[in-house]
Amino acid sequence: MILTQLTLVEQAVFVLAALVLFLSFSILAQARLVAGIHVFAWQGAVLAGATGLVALVDGEPHLLVSAGLTLALKALLIPWMLHRLVRRLELERHLDPLPRPAVALMLGAALVIFSYWVVVPIERLELATTRNILSLSLAVVLLGLLIMVTRRQAVTQVIGFMSMENGLFLAAATATHGMPLVVELGVAFDVLVAAVLFGVFFLQISESIESLDVDRLNRLSAWEDEP
Amino acid sequence: MSALLMTVFVPLMGTLVLAGIRSLQLAGRLNLGFCATTLAAALGLALRILQGGDLTGHGFHVDAFNVYLVVLTAFVGLTTAIFSRPYMAHVCREGRVTERRMRLYHSMFQGFLFTMLLALTTDNLGVLWVAVEGATLATVLLVSLYRTPESIEAAWKYFILCGVGIALALFGTVLVYFAAQHALADPSRGLSWTVLYGEAARLHPTVMAIAFVFLLVGYGTKVGLVPLHNWLPDAHSEGPTPMSAVLSGLLLNVALYAVVRFKMLVDGALVASDQPGIAGELMMGFGLISFLVAGLFLHRQRDIKRMFSYSSIEHMGLMTFAFGIGGPLATFGALLHMLVHSLTKSAIFVTVGHASHIAGTQTIEQIRGLIRTQPAVGWGLLIGVAAIAGFPPFGVFTSEFLLLSATMQSWPWLTSVLLFGLVVAFAGLFRHLHPMVYGKAPEGQQPVAANMLPVMVHLGLVLWLGIAIPAFLAHWLDQATWLISGGHLL
Repeated sequence: MILTQLTLVEQAVFVLAALVLFLSFSILAQARLVAGIHVFAWQGAVLAGATGLVALVDGEPHLLVSAGLTLALKALLIPWMLHRLVRRLELERHLDPLPRPAVALMLGAALVIFSYWVVVPIERLELATTRNILSLSLAVVLLGLLIMVTRRQAVTQVIGFMSMENGLFLAAATATHGMPLVVELGVAFDVLVAAVLFGVFFLQISESIESLDVDRLNRLSAWEDEP
Repeated sequence: MSALLMTVFVPLMGTLVLAGIRSLQLAGRLNLGFCATTLAAALGLALRILQGGDLTGHGFHVDAFNVYLVVLTAFVGLTTAIFSRPYMAHVCREGRVTERRMRLYHSMFQGFLFTMLLALTTDNLGVLWVAVEGATLATVLLVSLYRTPESIEAAWKYFILCGVGIALALFGTVLVYFAAQHALADPSRGLSWTVLYGEAARLHPTVMAIAFVFLLVGYGTKVGLVPLHNWLPDAHSEGPTPMSAVLSGLLLNVALYAVVRFKMLVDGALVASDQPGIAGELMMGFGLISFLVAGLFLHRQRDIKRMFSYSSIEHMGLMTFAFGIGGPLATFGALLHMLVHSLTKSAIFVTVGHASHIAGTQTIEQIRGLIRTQPAVGWGLLIGVAAIAGFPPFGVFTSEFLLLSATMQSWPWLTSVLLFGLVVAFAGLFRHLHPMVYGKAPEGQQPVAANMLPVMVHLGLVLWLGIAIPAFLAHWLDQATWLISGGHLL
């Protein structure tokens, strides 16, 4: 694929998708909680932009709905909720640094290469762009997983989880031109409920262990230590 | 159609109504009423399918395979509701939950049934995903209902692990839709299972194979397949016991149902490729590992509900393995096993709930002498475990025997592995069971008010299925077998 052969709009979608991936990396490397939430909000906004652009090109109105939902949920509502919770739990100055940032970033890069490798066998399908975008979104999903694995803070884990879902939305919007509307709405509803539940859990966890360090949630594994 | 709509939407109504009912008494009764209505509607639906064949339309698709799971779900829902009313009243008197949380409990009990039934009957693979995720959301706050640090930890793990798993399943679903867009004349219907099944041979095989890996890992997390099973023992042991019964008896089945539906599509797409059986082989591998690992873990348990949740993992592994083998015999065995496992396991969890009330703890070492203190509970547990361990004449024996014969037919050398696993699991269960039932009862251990009716009904059914499967049910399972494997057994 040669980038200049694509139309300008396609190139723009491409750039935005790559930007989503870049923001995933920046969430991965970000040590400050509040800054992490902001980067996540930007990721949601870029994703909404990419979805909206695809909607305009294809002329599919239901994708516009999806773009609006993404903007409202991922860029505004959920970051705002997280921000409020962080303030309420007095974690504004909290740092959750990566234990080994260089290793984590290298692993992230390896995951991107892996995603491209997974998609290589899908060669027949005419659009090389779709293939690229599929690998980009898979990489965002896997980076979300990596964020969740490497972090100890409940809030950062949730950000990882939600950025993983951003990857899924990216794949749905750009590679398949949006799922049917009923599915989009259902997924958005699930995401919203999940976000509310996460908030409830932050409060429950911080009440029970007086911190949000999920490494300290380790009582249950003690049930199996019998020799 | 009306029976179908009632089956699915009565629980939804229940969710909304029960959210507003303050009186515990009334809520318990209404919960029962909603469950009974759902079961009646489900039976009506089953009758309709039995007489008139498949029902498709308005985004739903009901055939022999899912209708029997619908009836099973509604039935176990009802018996669990019967158990749950006095049990939760007891918990409430102990002061472990507040009235507000009881409202949440009843409302979410119905919400859980709604999502299960929606997942089973929908034709749309996207809605299937939404419903399975909805089931997690409905139950996650119930796992932490008691608000102990342990239960909050369990709920967090459940939420995160299942959330991640199910996100991967959504990626798989997107890939399936992607494949459909390049194969179907009308791409907007690319998530309809019936449409995809009809056109399966035209779907791009590589995309479908990659999609299946994501779907198996995703829904497999919910099935409780090793190594993605960590949430399951925690969630089962810390949540209220009626929840453990429906999680083990129903949720795991629904997740496995989703995997099997996708396997049918993938098998159709890969039929002409160089690796036609890859989906089945993946399922066999995951299933066998889960079966063996969970059997070994049974030996290391100290909490009674954790022990039985490992037993659930073991049985789900066995079913996944059997669906992976494919072929009429293995599929029939797996379908029957789904049925008898759900019935037996929910009966066991109900009994365990009573047993832990008698002993005042869930620690195996402190539950002693059940048969002396309260013979009904002691015998219930003993018979239930005998049934789940695969003793004849119970139904689990029949299905496991069928599965062993199927393995002998197609993968003879795996038979010994399966037998070894069964023996390990059997030993793991009975070494803990024996002292709990026969041991010396501690001083002052008192019987509790126990309603053993659900247990007796469930175990009676399992016994009946073991001795003689009624003709209509056998015919029904055979229809489902034909749908899945393409061949009749009977």
